[in-house]
Amino acid sequence: MYEVIAFYIFSILTVGMFGIVVMSKNALYAMSALAGGMIFISGFFFILDAEFLGVVQIVVYSGAIMALYAFGMMFFDTTRDVSEKMRSKKIAYTLSIISAVLIVAILCMPLVSESIEASYPAMENVGNIQMVGLILFTKYLVPFELAAIMLLVAMISGIVLASKKMDEHLAIEEDECEMLKEGK
Amino acid sequence: MEKYLYTALFAPLVSSLFVALFASRPKMLFTGVIASILIAISMVSSFVLLIDVNTHGALHVNMMDWIVAGNLYIPFGFVVDEVSVIMMVTVTLVSTVVHIYSIGYMDHDKSFNRFFSYLSAFVFSMMILVMSDNFVGLFIGWEGVGLCSWLLIGFWYHKHSASWAANEAFIMNRIADLGMLMGLFLIYWNVGSLQYEEVFATLKDLDSVVVATIGIFLFIGAMGKSAQFPLHTWLADAMEGPTPVSALIHAATMVTAGVYLVIRCGELYSMIPDVGFAIASLGAFVALFAASMALVNNDLKRIIAYSTLSQLGYMFVAAGLGAYWIALFHLMTHAFFKSLLFLGAGNVMHAMHDELNIKKMGGLYGSMKATAILMSVASVALAGIYPLAGFFSKDKILEVAFNEGAYFLWFALFIGAGLTAFYSFRLVMLVFFGEKEYIKHGFHPHEAQPFVIYALLPLGLLAVIAGWFEHQFEGFTTRLLARYEIHISHGIEIVLIGATLCIAVGGIAFAIYKYQRGGFSKTWEEGFFYKLLSNQYYIPKVYELYIMRPFTMLSQFVWQKIDMKVVDFTVDSIARTIYKTGEKSRKMQSGNLSDMLRWMVVGMVVLLVLALFYRPMA
Amino acid sequence: MITLTHYLILTGLLFAIGLVGVMRRTNLLMLFFSTEILLNAVNIGFVAVSKYYGDFTGQMFAFFIIAVAASEVAVGLGLLILWYKRNGSVDLNSLQMMKG
Repeated sequence: MYEVIAFYIFSILTVGMFGIVVMSKNALYAMSALAGGMIFISGFFFILDAEFLGVVQIVVYSGAIMALYAFGMMFFDTTRDVSEKMRSKKIAYTLSIISAVLIVAILCMPLVSESIEASYPAMENVGNIQMVGLILFTKYLVPFELAAIMLLVAMISGIVLASKKMDEHLAIEEDECEMLKEGK
Repeated sequence: MEKYLYTALFAPLVSSLFVALFASRPKMLFTGVIASILIAISMVSSFVLLIDVNTHGALHVNMMDWIVAGNLYIPFGFVVDEVSVIMMVTVTLVSTVVHIYSIGYMDHDKSFNRFFSYLSAFVFSMMILVMSDNFVGLFIGWEGVGLCSWLLIGFWYHKHSASWAANEAFIMNRIADLGMLMGLFLIYWNVGSLQYEEVFATLKDLDSVVVATIGIFLFIGAMGKSAQFPLHTWLADAMEGPTPVSALIHAATMVTAGVYLVIRCGELYSMIPDVGFAIASLGAFVALFAASMALVNNDLKRIIAYSTLSQLGYMFVAAGLGAYWIALFHLMTHAFFKSLLFLGAGNVMHAMHDELNIKKMGGLYGSMKATAILMSVASVALAGIYPLAGFFSKDKILEVAFNEGAYFLWFALFIGAGLTAFYSFRLVMLVFFGEKEYIKHGFHPHEAQPFVIYALLPLGLLAVIAGWFEHQFEGFTTRLLARYEIHISHGIEIVLIGATLCIAVGGIAFAIYKYQRGGFSKTWEEGFFYKLLSNQYYIPKVYELYIMRPFTMLSQFVWQKIDMKVVDFTVDSIARTIYKTGEKSRKMQSGNLSDMLRWMVVGMVVLLVLALFYRPMA
Repeated sequence: MITLTHYLILTGLLFAIGLVGVMRRTNLLMLFFSTEILLNAVNIGFVAVSKYYGDFTGQMFAFFIIAVAASEVAVGLGLLILWYKRNGSVDLNSLQMMKG
């Protein structure tokens, strides 16, 4: 019963938060709403007995990624409303609604293959975190290592890209802008 | 003995491939010499095999499997028996002479090396044709000689007439080869094998209609290769090729492949005497028909070509009436004297700077004695005068026709013999004797190089003596081929021989008498028969008018209406649609990321729709 | 009782919201937010399937998706800052150099 209540509360909250993210004109609001939505999603993970993933969601998404965004936004002017010149909104909404309806229609149908067999079934008396560790360091060891390398690469590239000419003026560099325009 | 077999077979191939390496280079004497040596090696091997077959009997080897698929089993098998060894000896002997002769004849040609490559390739194909132990190998050789014939007729491809003649020969043969292929398919369909032995062993169990159909289809193939009526026009036009080619391919070997096929399938044709009689009738008709055209022609090589046609008719009479060994005998003797005649004609052409009109020659005896003697010998042999080669073989054919009670055929051949004698000596008289017309046209004839004359001597010798081995030949070949009994009494036989000799001698005498006095008067040339004959009975014209023209019109119609307006139009409109789609959809590429994302979502929606409605597993 | 279908419908809804954002936003930063929504929507779906089929593969996938999202943000933000430094704007309409 609690599960049902929790599901609906989290659903409404998540949808609302993400709606703000999509609709808001203020970047700061949007970011805050996104961070909130991330935390509510971790609530779903807890409901679904994926405690480890829920924690990771909070730590990585709400903590690291949103912090990264926050720092990134310091470069931009966030107080001003974002003015977006939207063209043909109708198309965007129509397409979204169609795809939403289609996805829902597909997902509401009975699953095509009923006989899915678990390749890594949950074991008795083994906690979620322990199980994740077992699988991650046996079957998924190589992808795990690759993910580590990918993160390292991303980190280095992020540093290199963002720190370029950090000491110089942050606004438009006149000569480069000229060059861009000429190059075009 | 197998090594001799392989030597005989593959020496020409080695020769061809080796010389082909230098095909596009300027003349190199050694290519001709090496080709001649290799062909001579093949000839020696063939003679060794002849002796071996005579003492130990046929030799059958299976080189390797070729096609093994389901029930179809076709090996690369070769058989050297009494028939094929005779063919091998004839082919390689004439080939060797022609190769050596060509060194002299093609001396000034800039494609000297290419010529020898083709010529040796031809010999190889011919050896495959005669040595194969199954119909498929025979067919491969059959097509191989056809290809080489095409290459060699069109050897001077820059001449329009030569390339036209080459194509004509090739296309005519193709029509006939379709018949041959049908025959082969029928054989495989009904027998399940294409090995000669198995085919002939099971033939008697087959329905006679099927056998007759097979026989007819195979003979259609033979008709094309041996230029029998109505597919005969290519042979005369094939004289556009170099003269050694005419001697080798269009007199001695390739054109006799049809006769060889009938002889080889003797067991088949002896089961269907009616078809055999039709073959014989056609042969007799061609013998007379071609001889009549030779009477009036003024082209040196064409006269000999018609003569070849006529002699092929004789061979088919013998083969059709079941006298296979006699057909083979005439094939062999004919190869000797006819190639000699052609090679002599080549010498004359050389001396006259490629002039072919015999009316412009005359009196060449003074400047080219050796050639004149050799050609006269060959002509006497062709006319069938005792004791030269042609007498024995041709006379036997006449006896066969008489013996079968086919008096009409006999009479046609009898007349043909007279005509043969007449046109042969008309040629000899107009070229070598009489008025020296060439002086008026400003020619300075000279005798060919000595080694060329020496190369011709073996042929000259054989043209004289080949007939003397008639009984040995009969004994040798009838070990494999059906024996042929002649029932007519000795007296009648003597009378027949005498009559034939008389008409031949009469023909010769008439020719000599008439052309010593300057030939026929001009009024003859105005006559209807003369015109009919010199226009080859208007058959080429008829072919052009009723086959080529409609076909060209049909082709043009198909090209302009169907190909251009339907096929090309379809292809073009596909291309145009694609172009237009590209033009239209270029606008999609606005460079705006937002638009691109929108298109991405459109794609996703399409995929979702597909996922909703397309259920492969359901 | 909450079934798998509930979760999947929620996933679909969130994904559609993300799509709206992707198509609607022309500010690159906001576009990044929208992509995060898409990734998270899918994550919920994976974990739900994992739970209802008793298979850990879904959770593993969600885990790797989080890792990919983190890398993406790091690189993407770096590029965004660089672009802003050069151009003074992160609006999509200002970058149309690939027009064909």
